[in-house]
Amino acid sequence: MRTKCSIGRGAAFMLAAVLFAVFLVTPVMKVEAADPYKVGAVFSVTGRASFLGDPEKKTAVMLQEEINKKGGINGHPLELIVYDDEGDSTKCALAVRKLITQDKVCAFIGPSLSGLSLAVLPEAEKHKIPMVSCAASYKIVTKDPETGEQWKWVFKTPQSDSMAVEAIYTHMKKNGISKIAVLSVTSGFGASGRSELLRLAPDFGMTIVADEKYGPKDTDMTAQLTKIKGLAPQAIVNWSIGPTQVVVVRNWKELGMTKVPFYQSHGFGSRKNIELAAGAAEGVFCPLGACNIAEILPADAPQKKVTMEYLKAYKAKYNEGLSSFGGHAWDALSIVAEALEAVGPDKAKIRDYVEKLTGFVGQHGVFNFSAKDHNGLTKDAFNMVVVEKGDWALAH
Amino acid sequence: MEEISFASQLLQYTITGVTIGSVYAMVAIGFNIIYNVTEAINFAQGEFCMLGGLVMVFFRVALNLPVVVSLPLTILVVTAAGILLDRLAIRPIREPSVLAMVIATIGAAFFIKGAAMFIWGKNPFDLPPFSGRNPISFLGAVIQPQGLWVVAFLAVVVVLLTLFFDRTMMGKALRACAVNANASSLVGINVRHMILVSFAMSAAIGALGGIVITPISLMEYDRGAMLAVKGFSACVLGGMGSFSGAVLGGLMIGLIESLGAGLVSSGYKDVFALILLLLVLFARPSGLLGSVEVNKIKKF
Repeated sequence: MRTKCSIGRGAAFMLAAVLFAVFLVTPVMKVEAADPYKVGAVFSVTGRASFLGDPEKKTAVMLQEEINKKGGINGHPLELIVYDDEGDSTKCALAVRKLITQDKVCAFIGPSLSGLSLAVLPEAEKHKIPMVSCAASYKIVTKDPETGEQWKWVFKTPQSDSMAVEAIYTHMKKNGISKIAVLSVTSGFGASGRSELLRLAPDFGMTIVADEKYGPKDTDMTAQLTKIKGLAPQAIVNWSIGPTQVVVVRNWKELGMTKVPFYQSHGFGSRKNIELAAGAAEGVFCPLGACNIAEILPADAPQKKVTMEYLKAYKAKYNEGLSSFGGHAWDALSIVAEALEAVGPDKAKIRDYVEKLTGFVGQHGVFNFSAKDHNGLTKDAFNMVVVEKGDWALAH
Repeated sequence: MEEISFASQLLQYTITGVTIGSVYAMVAIGFNIIYNVTEAINFAQGEFCMLGGLVMVFFRVALNLPVVVSLPLTILVVTAAGILLDRLAIRPIREPSVLAMVIATIGAAFFIKGAAMFIWGKNPFDLPPFSGRNPISFLGAVIQPQGLWVVAFLAVVVVLLTLFFDRTMMGKALRACAVNANASSLVGINVRHMILVSFAMSAAIGALGGIVITPISLMEYDRGAMLAVKGFSACVLGGMGSFSGAVLGGLMIGLIESLGAGLVSSGYKDVFALILLLLVLFARPSGLLGSVEVNKIKKF
């Protein structure tokens, strides 16, 4: 018995020593040529914002597969880890923490919503990891609105509301309009658009004669439009998303107000909305990112190639119409992928690369990042389109 | 743009108010029917409207059946849903107290909304209007033909219900249950059966409200809650349990909303109707046309 034990102990000691040596050596040996680059993604795939997160996730996954089919990034496969935050800020924060601490991603894209992006950006700053949000609020990248100082580690790809407003006002000014009525929904999106409309009006010489609101679940806006009709503006701007943006257009037509030009927010950018308006949307203006109008872009437009390719690939893979929001995810992941290709999976290097990136042709514009601008877009990222014969056409 | 006179503006607000008020009135009538028999509020009432709209979209748009066929079919389907609600959620409650029934209907409302989301998705749906979209010009204001249908259907519902409750045996049995359920069962009325009938009728009327409003303002899976709240306010304003009160309350809430939005401030339009409701309740707690004695007996 004793002999067996002493041999057993000795053998065990040897085994432990060998294993210990192996573990010491292994970390050095783990880095191989085909190590995947890990990028995280948090989207609101289900829940109240699924119209944002679902196409964003689909686009990101499609892009990842395309990249890996071409051999990955410098030979490294791109591993995309996607979490669904269900539109809930707690789940979003947990997902981001998991991506950073457990999955150890080198960068992450998303969230889909402005509120959630604002909630999680302190995590990105604290852990010093680049974050490319797919949400629109300018507050996501702007640390101090007075000085314009940007958050160090946070970027975003969607255009800001102010750019859509600038695009609309520029078009109005060009057409001699100076007296306008503003309609907005009382949700966050509507309130943000309305405040930008009010703030930028003096810069373009616009006088706002009416400022009407309605709730997101309201069924009828004829009262608000009747009041506006009585004040005789030269144009009407509506800022909402969801069924109300369709109902208000129908009301506009029913009340016989079609001689007054009607401008929608960029939330109107879907052929489904034109369809639901049942003919009432003819002549309605709308600022849209290039990916929504890929087919009618002139052949020499800088974004024509990437937007047409995205349109064809998305339709072929998912057999559904293109979504403007998927384009934001395309921009975000493509920017991160380009950074990875240039500098590898080092978080600080990726951040520096993106901050210096200029001339990046994306779905929603040509991006020119800088230390003072982590969004990289101007109002030229929006094209004014008008609804003609039930489809989009470039407006003049 | 053509000038619109203040009188025409007022007329326009009134037209809008009456149209949407009629839908609130139909929801309120549905609340009243169930309240009268069970003393409980059916919080799934708004969901019946939503189902009416969406099921009609299915029959009319997806299957392309004409309105004369799809309307009765839709009402049948939603009535069946109402019957299922009674059978599966209300009847199994062993000690039917008002609170238990209210909670059951709240749960049913969430379930119906979730089912609608799965079946139809989150997008809004449109229905072609019953008789075209050309607005009728009237004294400087504009009336949609569909709006006339809404008011017409409300009138039909009111007339039919009055005949039902006054002239038919089942109507009288329902009224008996409303007065005193125990006494009714003593004289041989099957109270559980009457509860089933009340749910079926509420579902049918709610569905009708949803069907007629969808061509005007689209319908989506989560519209039910807002309609239920407004309909319930109309119910309370007019006096719980009173049908003429429901109609009056619905029309008043619709008018106040529309006039408030147009004349005062559109951002606060929901507030006006609720302020009115509070003022009426302070002055007359049983509602405008509610019966004071009945209010003392009933729990709500």
